[in-house]
Parts: sequence; C-alpha cells; structure tokens
Amino acid sequence: MSGGGSAIYRRRLWVNRINLAMSLATMAIGMLFLLWILAVLFRNGISAISPKLFAQMTPPPGSAGGLLNAIYGSVLIVATATLISTPIGILAGIYLAEYGRNSVLAETTRFINDILLSAPSIILGLFVYTVYVLYVGHFSGWAGSMALALIAIPVVVRTTENMLRLVPSSLREAAVALGAPMWKVILMVTLKAVRGGVITGVLLAVARISGETAPLLFTALNNQFWSTDMNGPMANLPVVIFQFAMSPFEDWKALAWAAALLITLSVLILNILARTVFRQSSVR
Amino acid sequence: MSASEAQVPSMPMNDAMTRHAEPAAAMRASPPRWQDPLFEHTTRFFAVLVLALLACIILALSWAAAPALQKFGLAFFVTDVWNPVTLQFGALAPIYGTLVTSAIALVIGVPVSFGIALFLTEMCPAVLKRPLGTAVELLAAIPSVIYGMWGLFVFAPFFADHVQPLLTDTLGRVWLVGALFQGAPTGIGMLAAGVILSVMVIPFIASVMRDVFEVVPPVLKESAYGLGCTTWEVVRNIVLPYTRVGVIGGVMLGLGRALGETMAVTFVIGNAYRIRASLYEPGNSIASALANEFNEASDPVHRASLIALGLVLFVLTLVVLAASRWLIARLARGEGTKT
Repeated sequence: MSGGGSAIYRRRLWVNRINLAMSLATMAIGMLFLLWILAVLFRNGISAISPKLFAQMTPPPGSAGGLLNAIYGSVLIVATATLISTPIGILAGIYLAEYGRNSVLAETTRFINDILLSAPSIILGLFVYTVYVLYVGHFSGWAGSMALALIAIPVVVRTTENMLRLVPSSLREAAVALGAPMWKVILMVTLKAVRGGVITGVLLAVARISGETAPLLFTALNNQFWSTDMNGPMANLPVVIFQFAMSPFEDWKALAWAAALLITLSVLILNILARTVFRQSSVR
Repeated sequence: MSASEAQVPSMPMNDAMTRHAEPAAAMRASPPRWQDPLFEHTTRFFAVLVLALLACIILALSWAAAPALQKFGLAFFVTDVWNPVTLQFGALAPIYGTLVTSAIALVIGVPVSFGIALFLTEMCPAVLKRPLGTAVELLAAIPSVIYGMWGLFVFAPFFADHVQPLLTDTLGRVWLVGALFQGAPTGIGMLAAGVILSVMVIPFIASVMRDVFEVVPPVLKESAYGLGCTTWEVVRNIVLPYTRVGVIGGVMLGLGRALGETMAVTFVIGNAYRIRASLYEPGNSIASALANEFNEASDPVHRASLIALGLVLFVLTLVVLAASRWLIARLARGEGTKT
C-alpha cells in the first residue's frame, strides 16, 4: 500500500463503505415504513376500539356504532373461501408433485399457477362478477367467497407442491413396498410428513385474502345491516374500511381506523404464526 | 405413479388367481383397484381446473368487454376521453396512469430492494437474518387498503408539506425533468401513488433478489474475496452478473404487482381522467378506475368499457409476470449446470 497504489486502495475502501452504508440505509428505510404504518394504525385505532365495536352494527352516516356485522361477514366470507380453496389447492398441488411432476401438463399448470399467484386481485373480482354476479343478478357473500377462493388457491397449490417435493423418495418407496396403494401413500405418508408446511400455506393464504378489498367490491359489496344470508350482499371489514375512510364523517373514519387495526393485527398475527409455529423447511 | 402403472398389467392375472383361491385370500390379494385411478384423476382434474382458470378469465372478460370494444374499436386504446355522460370512453388516461405510477414505483423500489437484499445476504449478522427478513415480508402482508388509509391521511399531508416543496425546489429546476415536478403540492396525485406503490413492491422484489443472491456458489464469492475484493466489489462483479437474469425476473415480478395494485392507489391518486406532464397532478390507474366507478356504472357500455380496462390490465400483467417467471426459472435451471 505505497505510492500510487494507496489512492486506489483508499478509493476502493470508500466505495465499499459508502455502498454498504447505503445498503444499511435502505434496510432502515424499509423498517421505518413498517413501523410508521403500524404506529399510525395503533395511534388511530386503539382509541376507537371498545366493546361497542363487537356489539353494534355499522351505523348510518354521522352516528356512532360498531362493526359486528362487518366482522361476522368477513369471518364468514373468508372461512367459506378457505373451505373451498384448501381441498382444491391441496389436490392440485398433489397432482403437480406426485403424479404430473415434469409432464407438459404439470409444467404448464405450474407456470400458470405462478402467474395467477401474482395476478391482480381486482381482476379475479371482475371475473367472478362477469360469470356469477351478472348471471344470478345480485351481489352476494357467495360471490365474495368465490373471488377470495380464486386468490387463495394458487397460494395453497404452490406451498403444497413445494412441501411435497421435500419428501424423499425413499419414504414413498417404503410405503409402496409395504403394499399401500398410491392414494394411501400420498394421503397418509407423504402429505402427513409435510403437514406443518401445508398448514403454513393455508394460513398464509387466509392472511392474504382476509385483507383483500378490491375483489369484494364487485362481489360481496357491503351491507349496513346484520345479515347471515350468503346469498345477499354482505358486510365485510375491508369494504367498510374503504367506504368509511373515504367518507366525510368523523364517526365513520374512527370506525375505519378501528377496522384497519383489527384486520392488520389479525393478518400480521396469522403471518407470524404461520412462519414460526408451523414453520417447516424439511420433512419431520 | 410407478406403483399404479406396475399394478395395471398385473390385474388380469390377479383376477384369474382370485377365481380359484379361497375367499379370505381373495380379499387380501385383490385390493379395490378403482381408488387409485380415481384419486389420480381427481387430483389431475383440479390441476386442470387451475390451468383452465386463466383461459376462463380471459374469455369471460373478453366476452363482457365486447360491447365496448365493438363500439369504440381500436380507438378505445388511443383516446383519452372518459365521459360517462356522453358515453365516450377511451382507455389511454388510465393506461398512462398505470404505467407512470408503476414506473415511479420501480425507479424508487428497485434500488431500495437491491440494498435490502444486499444487506440481508452479505452484511446482516446471522441472528438478525430471520427476524429482519420476516419484517420485510410483513411489509407485503399489510393489506393494500391499509396502505391506502395511511397514504391518504398520514403520508399525503406529510408528502405535501415536506417532500413536494423540496422536490420542486431541486429537481423542479432541472431542465426537462423539471416539468415533472410542477404544480400545487397537494400530496394527492401520481407521484404520491407511485411512492406508496414502491413501498408495497419492495418486499416482493427484495425477497426474489435475496433468494437469487443466495444461489451464488460460495466458492465464487470466496475466490473473489481471496483475491482481495471488497464486499461491494464481490456483489458488483460476482453476485450481480451471476444472478442478473433472476434479478430482472424479480423486478418484473414487482412490476406485475405494481400494475395491478388497487386500493392503495385508489386512495391517493385523485381519480381524474387526464394526462398531464406533472406528476403532482391527480390521475387514474386502470385498477383505481375500476374500484371507483364500477359499482356506479349503470349503463352497459360504461360497464363494458370498465371491463375492457380490466382486460387490458390483465393482459399487461400476464405478459410481465410470464416474462418474470421465465427469467427466474431460467436462472434456476442454469444453476445446476454452472456449479
């Protein structure tokens, strides 16, 4: 490090330091935004959270009320969507990992599934609107569940397949050698071995769809009143947030913040739960 | 697969055997054979269902959009008039808004994502890797509508008071680029929407980049370090060239996300059908137009036009996402041959 060389060395050292410092700064920016959003949610949401929230219906403009019907509607719509999407997703995932493998059909399905995984959710809402809502002639909770199920399916397919691929062939061969038919091998051996991973996938899918708003606008819409009828328009938290936040009424805005806090907390808790409790990166 | 195939040819023989064997043995020797094919066909059916979904979406949207496309023809894509009263609809303004906001999101999001991925793979202490990685992914888990509320009530006022005046005073004075940063700093508009979008796409791009950075064979990096390279030089000259295809794939994935993001944009973009040079002006993206107007559109032509917008968006994202998947898959395939 002497003479003309030292300037180059110093320059390289400083370029390195500056770039690494910038990398650190970008990480800090990312965390800053996460904390900023969470802080805002807590500050505005906590004050609006009260027992009333879970006891009263969404109010008419300019008066106080709760979110009971919206919470109920959201839970019902998301639960139905999960019930529809989980078996379909797992079965399709089984096909890709166990039967199709590298066949043209499986490769194509995998490609399409990966695209659907990131496709705009609003388009899936629009799709359900054109094929179902237009057909029956009214908005409904069922339509909302269908749209959400279409969003969840690719998530479940992907994780199921990824997890099943981790199962070593020796496990399958051992089961087959014992005389078990293929369907038993898959359901009772391989799928069971990666149960945790598949549950993670389902939980992540639930987390993803419980905050979705855009597809529900065209399908479940909203309902100011208590309704258990999946065949009619149904209140749900995301659409309530959208409508109430955009309104000029302070009462409504406060409710929107409370709903936003509820949704975000449940989504984040589901995410963390899925990543820690049911985390699985290898076969048990 | 192998088991079911192996059993099929043996079936006639088994049947022949069971006819002569005693009943108890017969029950053991010929287990019910319809279950295996049934199970396989069921799983295949659902896989095909997923496959068919994409085609169904395109067909259904095309069918529903047909009235608008027939009425306006190709002019639909190149006119910027959007008037529900006179029933004149052109998709140019929302398409422009979609592309501009997504471009802003990438301009800000890609360098930041790169920095985050670099931090997580090369600098982060091992203990913090998982918590920080999860934290970045949580940024993606926050629902879009929450970003929208935060954007409208918190970010937009902050943006108008502190960021926009600063931008007008600095970048606004630069020749050519300056035109982008003129006008009243309201905090609502294309730029604010783009910035919020960038925060939303960062976790997607960063996690792909992190994943592809990790496939670089350690021996390559170690050789470079052994030659005396600094961390930055290793990333710049070894990691980036090796993962270039995957990095581009990650950026495309982020673009696909940004194009279709709805609620966050709807809250802050300002809902105006116009094309202006300044990024401070309110605009509209395809998704925000749909979210704002669809339920109020009573005229069939209006509704069909909105669905046609949706079709445009879907085709756009399909192309971008397909390119993204193809690039990422190409890197994954190359991985085996290079190491």
